[in-house]
Amino acid sequence: MNDPLAKVKRWFTGGGLLWPVLSLAALLAFNLIYQPAFFRVVVQDGHLYGTLVDVLNQGSKVMLLALGMTLVIGTGGVDLSVGSVMAITGALAALLVTTTALPFAAVLLLCVLAGAALGAWNGLLVSGLRIQPFVATLILMIVGRGSAMNITHGQTIPFEHSAFVFFGNGHFLGLPFTVTIVALGFAATSLLTRRTAIGLFIEAAGDNETASRFCGAPVRLVKVLVYAFSGICAAVAGLIATSNIKAADPSRVGEFLELDAIAAVIIGGTALTGGRFTLVGSIVGALLIQTLTITMYNLGMPPAITPLPKSVVILLAALLQSPIFRAQVAGLFRRRTAA
Amino acid sequence: MNRRFLPLLVTGGVLVALFIAASSLYEGFSSARVVGNLFTDNAMLAAIAVGMTFVILSGGIDLSVGSVVACTSIIIATLVSQHHWHPLAAITVALVLGTGFGWAQGWLIQTYELPAFLVTLSGLYFARGMAFVVNMESVGISHSFYTGLQEFSLPLGETAVLSSSAMLFLAIFVVGMFVAHCTVFGRNIYALGGSPDSARLMGLPVARTRCAVYAVSGFCAALAGVAATLYTGSGNPAMGVGLELDAIAAVVIGGTLLTGGVGYVAGTLLGVLIFATINSALNFDGRLSSEWLRIAMGTLLLGFILLQRFLTRAPKRGSGK
Amino acid sequence: MSEVLLSAREITKSFPGVKALADVQIELRRGEIHALLGENGAGKSTLIKIITGVYQRDSGTIQFAGREIHPQSPKDAEACGISTVFQEVNLIPTLSIAENVMLGRLPRRFGFIQWRAARAQARRALARLGLDLDVSRELQSCSIALQQMVAIARALDVKCELLVLDEPTSSLDEQEVAALFTVLRKLRDDGLAILFVSHFLDQIYALTDRMTVLRNGALVGEYQTAALPRIELLGKMLGRTVETPQAAHTATTKSTNAENSLVDARGLGRRGSVGPIHLRIGAGEVVGLAGLLGSGRTETARMLFGIDPHESGELRIGGERTALRTPGEAIRRGFGFCSEDRKVEGIFPHLSVRENLVFAMQASRGPLRRISAAEQAQLAEHYIRALNIKTASAETPIRNLSGGNQQKVLLARWLAMQPKLIILDEPTRGIDVGAKEEIEKLIESLRAKGMAVLFISSELEEVVRVSGRVVVLRDRKQVGELDGDFDESRVLQMIARPPANE
Repeated sequence: MNDPLAKVKRWFTGGGLLWPVLSLAALLAFNLIYQPAFFRVVVQDGHLYGTLVDVLNQGSKVMLLALGMTLVIGTGGVDLSVGSVMAITGALAALLVTTTALPFAAVLLLCVLAGAALGAWNGLLVSGLRIQPFVATLILMIVGRGSAMNITHGQTIPFEHSAFVFFGNGHFLGLPFTVTIVALGFAATSLLTRRTAIGLFIEAAGDNETASRFCGAPVRLVKVLVYAFSGICAAVAGLIATSNIKAADPSRVGEFLELDAIAAVIIGGTALTGGRFTLVGSIVGALLIQTLTITMYNLGMPPAITPLPKSVVILLAALLQSPIFRAQVAGLFRRRTAA
Repeated sequence: MNRRFLPLLVTGGVLVALFIAASSLYEGFSSARVVGNLFTDNAMLAAIAVGMTFVILSGGIDLSVGSVVACTSIIIATLVSQHHWHPLAAITVALVLGTGFGWAQGWLIQTYELPAFLVTLSGLYFARGMAFVVNMESVGISHSFYTGLQEFSLPLGETAVLSSSAMLFLAIFVVGMFVAHCTVFGRNIYALGGSPDSARLMGLPVARTRCAVYAVSGFCAALAGVAATLYTGSGNPAMGVGLELDAIAAVVIGGTLLTGGVGYVAGTLLGVLIFATINSALNFDGRLSSEWLRIAMGTLLLGFILLQRFLTRAPKRGSGK
Repeated sequence: MSEVLLSAREITKSFPGVKALADVQIELRRGEIHALLGENGAGKSTLIKIITGVYQRDSGTIQFAGREIHPQSPKDAEACGISTVFQEVNLIPTLSIAENVMLGRLPRRFGFIQWRAARAQARRALARLGLDLDVSRELQSCSIALQQMVAIARALDVKCELLVLDEPTSSLDEQEVAALFTVLRKLRDDGLAILFVSHFLDQIYALTDRMTVLRNGALVGEYQTAALPRIELLGKMLGRTVETPQAAHTATTKSTNAENSLVDARGLGRRGSVGPIHLRIGAGEVVGLAGLLGSGRTETARMLFGIDPHESGELRIGGERTALRTPGEAIRRGFGFCSEDRKVEGIFPHLSVRENLVFAMQASRGPLRRISAAEQAQLAEHYIRALNIKTASAETPIRNLSGGNQQKVLLARWLAMQPKLIILDEPTRGIDVGAKEEIEKLIESLRAKGMAVLFISSELEEVVRVSGRVVVLRDRKQVGELDGDFDESRVLQMIARPPANE
């Protein structure tokens, strides 16, 4: 047990948070050595600025999406539609703040409700009609973006609404307000899943749906709820993205963020096949992706190349979840110990 | 017999109805030129959709194809324009790379029993990143051989021609149908998608077939990259974003079940033509913006999935033995 | 006596934690139909899988047609001349009949399939079985019986000397069985050896020449079918150990309160599944369901628990007429159900022992009223100790536990609910002797506390020992009920009694 090799092997084969955290730490250590400026944080007008703050701020959308995606993937599903839901709610919000006098809180509420409704539609297709999650959410992914463009009649809608602009660009407690949103979102999701039994029901539904049903758990309801929740997360992320550019741009907002969100969840250690999920892992996964992007940018590499390291990280995360791969690696260690 | 072909008939019916509607709405829509362009403009999608059909028939999915198109197109353009390779050599290299890339994905999926979604998602990022590593910018191709290829065409009546792209479109489908229905490999794909366990017990080469299916998809994506360079006269590392989704939609609308084992390459042809017809009609109209293409495709997708759901609802059998 | 075709000796096979086969032998001759018999866990399917190359034996020899063989895969076995038709028809339902017969050896020219030749060959293969079919039909449009025939045609189309049929008749009706038997007899007369695995005794006696009986992974013996009376065969299959004194009945206070029983099923049935079932279970009573494999035991349990709701008959719970349409409704009525398939229907493999244990209770409380961490821990600790569950801790993933301990966790899952009725479907299958004993003791203590138990087991001895009353099933019908003074032989007689109307 005290054999260091065995310990390493246990870490490696044990799964959990070790690998995402280790990777993030390694990336940060790399930055510490090669570009210490990465860690410089300055205070200006009582607000913090610096690369680390940028990571949190720019990573906020994927982190939010990843929260909802984690629960969906926990049930053994996947939600491809979140990017399109972002576009729809962003367009809706821009339309509401420019054409009505509704207070921003009401706009926010309406958009969240819209996101929940769109998500629930996915959930109904998946649990009611038993359509594979991939296809069920693909439909909304394809139709949703087109519909968002119809809301704005194909135009971008710029706005100057102070509360809405603050939502994605303001500062709170010295940090970007988006950090607060993510923190609130994370806290709410954790409480919702871990202080109630919903988290257990999600994991049980993903781990063994039949057994879950035989125990009388409301599997279908749980599924509808997680997709609705994913829709809510996408709605909030859509508002942030729209606020960031102070305009609704439905053709671009949230494009392919669903893939980043899925990647974040997988990198964080939740298996695509469902079951055990980790919200912290998904947040770490999202931060890892964002740090990677910014690091490459700071190194002077074009942002277009960032998919490359991302693909490697995703593949490694996937391989780490494969029992066959783990057995191979464990065998490697065994052979070396024996030698 | 009847139930098997019903989705295909419905798809065909939708295509005919769309075409008739568009012809009556827009003058000149039913001309040979427009019809020819349906093929010329969509050779890229056709190639990808045929590869995707095989992957879906085998019970898998391939998200990487859009990126592979971009990657191969820019490889060809860079080799020809900046390294002065002969286009045929560049194309060969691109096809080999695409095939090898697909095979590697299939190998990972098969060997480590990973979800195809995950491996090809990684592939999507990889190929896209590689495309930009090869070249950050779009590169034009100017080579006499290429121009010759682009301009090569067969006359079709008085006003229309069958362009090389259109020929590629048709050739891909003919070969695809042949492979699917007349080769052992094709039938093994159906068997694999129909029931992997039975296929194994029947002694079919399951592992080899699975790898080969993704290799075929990679090859088709590379071919789509070639088609893209022919069509645009350039390679572009940013092209083909989201193309895999159009291809998946076309395949499903064409009646192939996402659960694998059931479907026809011919159905995919109809699916691609539906996509092409809607796209073309929207261009004719001018008032309706391009987002209606996606809305229409998505709605059709929903309709066909509901139809499949309804058709495949198997009679319940007593559980337990 | 005809020539020996296959002779397997001293076959041993272990899986992690289980010895599936120990020193088993079987001998098959040309021109005979040989039955392989045994209840669940006897090792039938393991033996078949070794002969057909799905598994490799740990030790032992297989002589086939005079030489030693080591089939590494079904294809390998096929090349030797051993073809198999597996229990669930292992064909591709979405492909045509012709393809299903020919897949893997489709005739080709220049790499292209010669469809006409393929169809003709498929037709010939089917004609050998006396069938004339449109071979371009999709397989899934055919009846199960026809699919079975296609599977046999496929098996025979290669150079086949031994045909292994694993439960070929479980989904066929009488006429279809008769047609199949005609074909099999013809094949036997052609000199083929046929290994026929079935749990239908009538069919065994109607069709086979000799039989080999296995129990608990060991050989019981080889017999001439005609020379072995049914009742003796049953005894051999079910392991009726004659020397065991029938003393176990002391524990069972007979059904005392039949009139105010907890569950009263009157003619409960479900089309294509099971029925009619008449079943009364009172509080403080253990009722056993006895019958051979496939007799409808599990189907009855599923029907009672609302998984496959009943379609006919009447169900009363506590005197009140009711229908259970979902497991949730059954649970609200105070039912619990331990499924026979632990892995597929019972455990959440990646979740901890604690989570597995509290899940049913949590489900009944709903998602919002979470059982507090302290309460969960206490429950887990309590049951780990009470049931002597061997686990590193309550937080260990359940998949790391042995089968017996997993089973105890599942029992605890329902016990935590303090159910009025607990349905136990094969609770002792695949677990070691010690754990078996503990579970039996537990059942008795539950009964003593006033719980009603429906106990299902393929081990007759166990059913008789544990239950105060036994309901006997055969061919998915209830054939009788034994109360008061009974023993294994009376149950056996009831199962063995040939159908009166035949």
